Formats: sequence, C-alpha cells, structure tokens
Amino acid sequence: MSAEVFSLFYQFADVFAFLILSAAGLAIVFGMMGVINMAHGEFIMCGAYVTVGLVNLGVPLAISQILAALTAGLIGVLVEFLVVRRFYKRPLDSLLATWGLSLIVTQSMLLIVGSAVRGIGTPEGSFAIGGYTFSTYRLVLFGCAVAVLVALYIIFMKTRFGVIARATMQNAAMAKALGARTGRIYAISFGIGAGLAGLCGALYAPTMTLIPTMGATFVVESFVTVVIGGANVLLGTAPAAVFLAMIRMALNASYGQIIGQIGMLVAVILIVRVLPEGLSSVLARRGR
Amino acid sequence: MFKLLEGPQTLGRGKLFWSCVLAVLAGALVYPLFADSYDVGNFAYFLIWIFMALGLCLMWGYGGMLSFGQTLFFGIAGYGYGVLAINMGGGTATIAALVLSVALAMIAAGILGYFMIWGGINGIFFGIVTLSATLVLAFFLGQTAGPEWHIGPARLNGFNGMKGMDPLTVGDFYIEGSALYYVMIALIVIVYLALRMLVNSGIGNVIAATRENPQRAEMLGYDVRKYQLLTFVIGSGLAGLSGALYTSWGQFITPSSIGLPAAAMPIVWVAFSGRSDLTATLVGSFLLLFGFQTITVYSQQAALVLMGALLLATVMLAPQGFVLGIGKLVADRWRGRRRDDGTVMAEAGRLQSEES
Repeated sequence: MSAEVFSLFYQFADVFAFLILSAAGLAIVFGMMGVINMAHGEFIMCGAYVTVGLVNLGVPLAISQILAALTAGLIGVLVEFLVVRRFYKRPLDSLLATWGLSLIVTQSMLLIVGSAVRGIGTPEGSFAIGGYTFSTYRLVLFGCAVAVLVALYIIFMKTRFGVIARATMQNAAMAKALGARTGRIYAISFGIGAGLAGLCGALYAPTMTLIPTMGATFVVESFVTVVIGGANVLLGTAPAAVFLAMIRMALNASYGQIIGQIGMLVAVILIVRVLPEGLSSVLARRGR
Repeated sequence: MFKLLEGPQTLGRGKLFWSCVLAVLAGALVYPLFADSYDVGNFAYFLIWIFMALGLCLMWGYGGMLSFGQTLFFGIAGYGYGVLAINMGGGTATIAALVLSVALAMIAAGILGYFMIWGGINGIFFGIVTLSATLVLAFFLGQTAGPEWHIGPARLNGFNGMKGMDPLTVGDFYIEGSALYYVMIALIVIVYLALRMLVNSGIGNVIAATRENPQRAEMLGYDVRKYQLLTFVIGSGLAGLSGALYTSWGQFITPSSIGLPAAAMPIVWVAFSGRSDLTATLVGSFLLLFGFQTITVYSQQAALVLMGALLLATVMLAPQGFVLGIGKLVADRWRGRRRDDGTVMAEAGRLQSEES
C-alpha cells in the first residue's frame, strides 16, 4: 500500500519539479518587470549545453551544473543591459525583441554546433519500494525545485535586496525617489531569472537529448504556469505548479504525456476564463 | 460601398494610389506569360502566406491583439483540408474541403477566442496563451506517427507529415501552376479590398477604438468583447485559408509548419512591414518572403537568423515597421512638400508616434 502512495507522490514530484524549475526564472522576470522573456527556452538550452560541455571536459556533474547556471545568469545580465532594458515601457515590444533573440540564438546554434551533441547519461542510482523501482535523480530534481523555492523566499523576503526589489515591484518611481537603483535591481532580477533558467537546463541536461531547439520543450509548461500563477512567484507559481502537476499526473498516468500536456493547456484556458489575473491575485486578496 | 475602400484607417487614396495598384495588378497578371512555370509556382507559394500576414495585421495592427497563434489555425485548416480532401475523395469536393477547413479554423478560433477574450486576457498573455496552444498542437501532431492515428483513410504520419490529398480541383482540372497563381491573385485582391472596406466601415472604426482604449469604447456603449472576437475569428480564418492553400499547393503538410520557428514568421513579416496598415503589410510580407526564399536555398538556418535579426532591429529602431516608415517618407516627398531630410524624418517620426 505504502508503495502505491509513494509511487503517486513520486509521479507528482516529477511533474512538479519540471514545472517549478522551468517556470521560476520566467515568473521572476515577469513579476519584477512585467516582461515575458521569449528567449527563456534559450537560457535553458544554454545551461544544458554548458553543463554537458564541462562534464565532457571532466568536471564533476554538480559543479558543472552550478557553473552552467552562473553562466546563464551572467549572459542574462548582459542581455538585459543590451536589449531588454529599452523595453520596460513597451512590454509587447519586449516580447518581440526577446523572440527575435531566441530565433537568432537557436538557429545560430544549429549552424555552429549542428543538430546533436554527445549527451551524458542520467546519473545512475535507483531504489526500490515494494515492487517498484525509482530513479534517485528524479527525487534530486524535486529536492532542487523545493530548494529553489526556499532560496527565492529567503532572497526576496529576508534580505535587503529583497526589500528593495519588492519596493521596486510595487512602485518603481517611488522606490527610485527613495534612492533605490532600480536599473541595477532590474538587471540583477533578470540575471536571477536567466540563472534559474540555466539551472533548469543544467539539471535536466542528463535526462534528455541535447538539441538547439530543446528550449521549446520547456516553454509551454513555463508559460502556462506563469499564466495561471500571475505576477507573484511564491504565492502564484508554486500553487499553480501544485495544481497543474495534479492534473498532469492524473492524465499522464492514464493517457500518456501528450494528453497530459493537452489536458493541462485546456485546464489553463478554462481557469483563465474564471480567474483572469491568476491564482496569486486570489491568494493575495484572501491574505489581506 | 466602394467609398469605404478609402478612409482614415488605411493609407493610400486618390487616383495616383489606385493607378499604382492597378499597374502592380496588371504586372502580376501578365507575369506568367514571360516567366517559366517553375518561377510562377514559386510566386504562388509566396502568395499563399499573404493571407496569414493580412489576418495578423487586422488583429494586431487594427485590433490591438497580438496573436502568436497564426500557425495554429494555419495547421488546423491545413490538416483539415488534407483529412477532408482524402475522405471526400478529391475532385470538385476539394473546393468544399477548402471552405470547410477554413470554417473549422474559424470555429476553433471562436472557441479559443471566447475563453481568452471573455476571460479578460490581453496584452502579453494573449500572445503566450495562443503560442502555448500552437506548440501543443505541433507536439501532438509530431507524435502521431503510428498507424493508429488516422481519420478515415487519412494517416497523420507524425513528423513525416500528411500526404496523398488531391490539390484543388474543378471537375478533372487540377488547379496547379499558373492556374493556381491566378486563383491566388484573385483571392488576394478580394481579401485585400474586403479588409480595406471592413476597417473603414463602422465595425472597423469600433475595432480601432477598442485598440486605442477598450474602456472608452465600452463606455461609448460597444461590447468590445464581441468586436475583439470577430477580429480574432476573421484574422485566424485568414491564417486558415493560408493553411488550406498550402496543403493544396504541395499536397503535403508537416507539424514543422506549425511549431517553432514557423510560428514566429508571421510576426516578423507584419512587424517589419508595419502592422498598422494593410498595404504596408501586403508589400512588406511579399518582399520578406521573396528574400527569405532566396536565402533558404543556401541555408535555412541563416535565413532564420536573419529573420530574428530583422525582428530585433524592427522593435529597436523602427517599432512601427520599416516598410510603413519608408512608404510615408516617399509619400511626403511625392506631394512636393520638399524639405530638408531632417525635417521629413522628424515629420515621419511624429506621424508614427501619433499613431502608436
């Protein structure tokens, strides 16, 4: 009996981790700046490629993954400085600009690196409960997703940077008048968002085939989670991921991955009809 | 009724403009007499996509709804045409398949649009919800390789794509080559003129008012949601028309014409051309398609990199679109109001900022 319960939890954790890891970076950038980063998938791809490249050079996996997330974060700061910064007053144009960027990066990678790179296998290790065998790495991913949420909570609720960032989010002009360097806050937030995307790619790199277009496999999940979650990462994205993971888990188990994805999309479209501002607005209202 | 061909919502009026239009049309009509049939087929291929671009121009430039789902409805109608043409057995029935597949895309747009528009989704989220739906359709069709995925005798065939449907046919006559080219030209003229009349009519003015300020339009007594849904259904239906014609043109369609990067292409054409005017979109999209096809012959990736760079350059340098900006510049000069380049540029910039 306990084996079945654990198996359910395991399936839930697997989807939940995927949703949180792929959406966290996007949600932070959207929450802070109101910008949807269409190149989100490319930051994920960047994280995955850097990880695999370093592992193939002989660097241990965990260190490669951290370095990959840092690399993506630094590139994010650079992209913010060169492109995104100009579009905070024109959110729709930011969508187009980052999409243009995404096209350039994906297709250049196809030109330069080619379609497939030698991957690295999923780290060995499994354990058995009852008659079922489970992969340890999938649980590590779940642990990472929870750790990301905790880290975000600490960064945004417990540090000085977090206070200033939340002030900027609420009223950028006022925060600026009080001496906050909003430009720098935006750059750092975009960097954190890109770094989290890179982390997502780094963590999933061992489990999938590396192709320059791999970002596309993450974007649907990250988009719908942010659409449902709304502007607040902790109050929105996390509950949205719990909710979507339940739907997805139920459908995946009985009908397979693609029906799970379609079901998730349909659920999102139905929910949007009822809650246009996302879950976080409802939760925030109840919290008051 | 024909008075509506000109108006405040469209650029270009007077004898000079319409003589230019007629000259271009005449050029297009005699073109197959001089060119070889391969080039004519290629030209017909560029023209297929124009409907999708005009539809996006209507939704985005006039209605203020940035839909990333043009290839979603392209795909629905494209696959719809294939399934219907195979099931109904070719012949003149293909015309019915074309009409029905476009209707199918419009119904799908109606359903998706209802939930989004009545749910109050707008701005950025309108784009990413439509894009999510597009990608999910592409993923779904990508995994339909097995023999269990069929509708009647029509196999979906996963990434390899669906094939084996008849092209558009009247009786025993296949509409291919230059016949298809003339059908395309006729359809484009009809759609272009009809859209001009639509946007200059009362409905079009409400659509533009909704874009400018939805709240104000609502206060004036219009149910903006209905107008938005109408715009979305028409725009998506035009994407569907492109899809059905595409399948008929090549007698095959694959999921790759739905997913990324295909979904970005209509956005690039319309953004580059100038979304706020139908004529600019028509001209710009054709030029881009021509250029894209020329480069694709050497390297598809390079062509797509260029498209991405064009999109980035457009939003950074000329957010209203390059073709529109140049067109306005030329029009200003033509009227003989010659001034220094600087003032003309400033004037063009002022006109653009007023419109945005």
